[in-house]
Amino acid sequence: MSLLEAKNVSMFFGGLAAISDVSFEVKEGEILGLIGPNGAGKTTMFNVVNGFYKPTKGEVFFKDKKISGLKPHQICKMGIARTFQVVKPLQRMSVLDNVIASAFLRVKGRAQAEEIALETIKFTGLYDDREVISKGLPLGKRKKLEIARALATQPEMLLLDESFAGLNPHELDESIEIIKKIRARGITIMIIEHHMKVIMSISDRIVVLNYGEKIAEGTPQEIANNPFVVEAYLGEEKSA
Amino acid sequence: MKKYFPLIALALLSILPLIGLSTYMMHIVILVVMWSIIGMAWNLLGGYCGQVSFGHAAYFGVGAYTAGILYSKLGASPWWGVLLSIVVVTIFSFILGYVVLRLRGPFFALATLASGEVMRVTAENWVGFTGGTLGIMVHERTWVEKIWYYYIILLIAAVTYFLVKKLVESKLGYYFVAIREDQDAAESLGINTTLYKTIALCISGVLTGIAGAFYMNYMGYIDPHVVFALHDISIITIMIVMVGGVATYWGPFVGAVIMVFLAEWVRSIPGLGAAHQTLFGVLLIVIIIFLPNGIVGDYKKLKRLVGLGRTS
Amino acid sequence: MTAVQIEVFLQTLIAGLLLGGLYALIGLGMTLIMGVMKIINLAHGELMMVAMYIAYWMFVLFHIDPYLSVFIATPLLFFLGVAIQKFLINPVLKVESILPENQVILTVGIGMVLASLATMFFKSDYRSTPVSYATDAFYLSDYWKSSPIELSVSVPWSISFVIAVLITAALWFFLAKTDTGKSIRATAQDLDAALLMGVNVKLMRVATFGIGAGLVGAAGCLFIPIYYLFPALGGQFTLIAFVITILGGLGSTVGAIIGGLILGVFESMTATYIGMGWAPVGRFVIFVACLIFLPGGVASLLRKKRFGK
Repeated sequence: MSLLEAKNVSMFFGGLAAISDVSFEVKEGEILGLIGPNGAGKTTMFNVVNGFYKPTKGEVFFKDKKISGLKPHQICKMGIARTFQVVKPLQRMSVLDNVIASAFLRVKGRAQAEEIALETIKFTGLYDDREVISKGLPLGKRKKLEIARALATQPEMLLLDESFAGLNPHELDESIEIIKKIRARGITIMIIEHHMKVIMSISDRIVVLNYGEKIAEGTPQEIANNPFVVEAYLGEEKSA
Repeated sequence: MKKYFPLIALALLSILPLIGLSTYMMHIVILVVMWSIIGMAWNLLGGYCGQVSFGHAAYFGVGAYTAGILYSKLGASPWWGVLLSIVVVTIFSFILGYVVLRLRGPFFALATLASGEVMRVTAENWVGFTGGTLGIMVHERTWVEKIWYYYIILLIAAVTYFLVKKLVESKLGYYFVAIREDQDAAESLGINTTLYKTIALCISGVLTGIAGAFYMNYMGYIDPHVVFALHDISIITIMIVMVGGVATYWGPFVGAVIMVFLAEWVRSIPGLGAAHQTLFGVLLIVIIIFLPNGIVGDYKKLKRLVGLGRTS
Repeated sequence: MTAVQIEVFLQTLIAGLLLGGLYALIGLGMTLIMGVMKIINLAHGELMMVAMYIAYWMFVLFHIDPYLSVFIATPLLFFLGVAIQKFLINPVLKVESILPENQVILTVGIGMVLASLATMFFKSDYRSTPVSYATDAFYLSDYWKSSPIELSVSVPWSISFVIAVLITAALWFFLAKTDTGKSIRATAQDLDAALLMGVNVKLMRVATFGIGAGLVGAAGCLFIPIYYLFPALGGQFTLIAFVITILGGLGSTVGAIIGGLILGVFESMTATYIGMGWAPVGRFVIFVACLIFLPGGVASLLRKKRFGK
């Protein structure tokens, strides 16, 4: 059963199409990878799903309810949480307070929120840094904080925007573990990633965007052998 | 110990009049307490929620005029205005918030500044309702003794303090700070930023309006230039919080003490009367450059600076 | 409409356009600073007040015509602006603080200091420069004998307007044709790109604040023959400047010119048809309406049209 469905979504900025006529579905419980060269419209797609942008054309459905046109906070409340490629921690708050702030989405009391937050922080391996002011965190931990904050809203679906970029190999392994653990909890994941090895190994299916258009969709195996994708994206990667 | 500090401070402030202050000193102390309320109110919206208002005179003035018009048009005691101002200013803040809160950063600052000015010009020109530039005078004063005014404003201040503290430590407080730190992140974490900014604005506006209604009762006279003043209300409010400490519980109080005493001190020096604005301006510039988080917020830095001075 | 009504209307329109031309100059300085610095300069009107005092004293002490003072006050204000940017605003840009509005609050402090220094030195008296041509006017009937209606245009207003137009044209030339002007525009449009292109952003900020101050300084000299002067006058013009900026669109120079003209005409109409005291209210009605219905200002309309083609 599909959890999220985008139908013929187009997004124009002043006459330029950032996304044109893209459709895809995310099935419940799967990890869907969204890949494509820079400027292909991946983050724009997230902004449409998450409600920052209202698509110029087309619609997005979550659990068969139309969500395109709703505000981000409403979409978050329905169960879609996201992280940002350019991390946006609440700078002058501690790590714990960051996560508490998002845990308040489902609970009223401070004690309950803190309980959820602590659990999430342990889950993402930030427990030792919980009192650190998030501005002072190194990049790797800020990326984890993004994930922790999104998880604390207790979503059914998680949008991860380049959560692995800029991590060292050790952090990368840790983050992959976290993603797998999140999936094991039954949370559906849609992930944007440049790191080919990672995306190929963790995704169930992959959608490829190029210049705002969907050029391929399939299992990692199919994608790796798709001549269009190799030309548009993997080819570029190999030559670089 | 630290936990009881607010109660100890409140106790000390309650027995302050017993040490036999002169009428003039009582007046100053009342002003200090009134300004700390306005400062705390501004701080909730500006310091915690990050929406820097340049027009808090609008709420102060609407509160004051609520009390004043209640008296001049209906002959009711302006003290009822303190209660009525809660309703009036809530509605006013809600409408104003609808316009200004959709704006961010400099746009918001400009719109709030304009709102204070709009209220002033309206009050000046709507002579039939507000009495125009002649203002409103309350002929019979409730008390001659200042001590009663002092206890009333102290009570309001205490309630304001505990209310702000309670709010900041609750879900609302977390949401306010989240909005201040990153509005997009807050929105994507499920926070209805428009709603919570409106809540912050209404609470902040109402607390300021109550102070305004008190002012009408206490001073017995208001006019548009006094209560809707850009520099003498809106900007002073910002200064009080900046000097004392943005997003701190005690900052507004410390700021109010410094600003009120400074103003009175300069005013008492013959020939320097007009200079108090110069001094305020210079102080503001110095604070922003050297203690951007105010005396309470940068207390450690301040101690270090002073400490360094001693050792060398 | 009767002839008298038409006369009143045209007279009001002309007065509004003349006022609007001067407003545009004030707005231009503000919009330049906003575009490059991304802050509002709440000391803008106070800078104009300083220029007006310069022109005033030049007139009283040395009998220099206020229009000639443009050449004195503008450079002086330029350096004042440069000094403010270099010694006050730049240090604050580096300071870490909770509220990003610190820079705006700083300009409030600067404005307060300027206004209260003026009060201390010059008292709160209203002053003006009684130039010999203050009450002269051009009359339509002098040029068109059989004109069915009579219109008059004040001489000093006309001169001020013409000079304002000339300065605006010079500014346009500077921004469009010179390297420094292009660098300033680049900094305003995209800071990162400007940095990549090797634009000295720090220098551009200093220059922009100087030019913005110089422009409002020139406006001060043009205003004094037709207006009066007192230390607290700044606040009102700061408000006018930002209403124009919002009306025109933040950082847009063409928008500021159109915004200035619209505001001038609107204020003039309000004063004629509703009442003098309500002109400032009209100003804010425009402001609020613009924030709600046209958040990008006139500039966003211009842009849309361009895309349409």
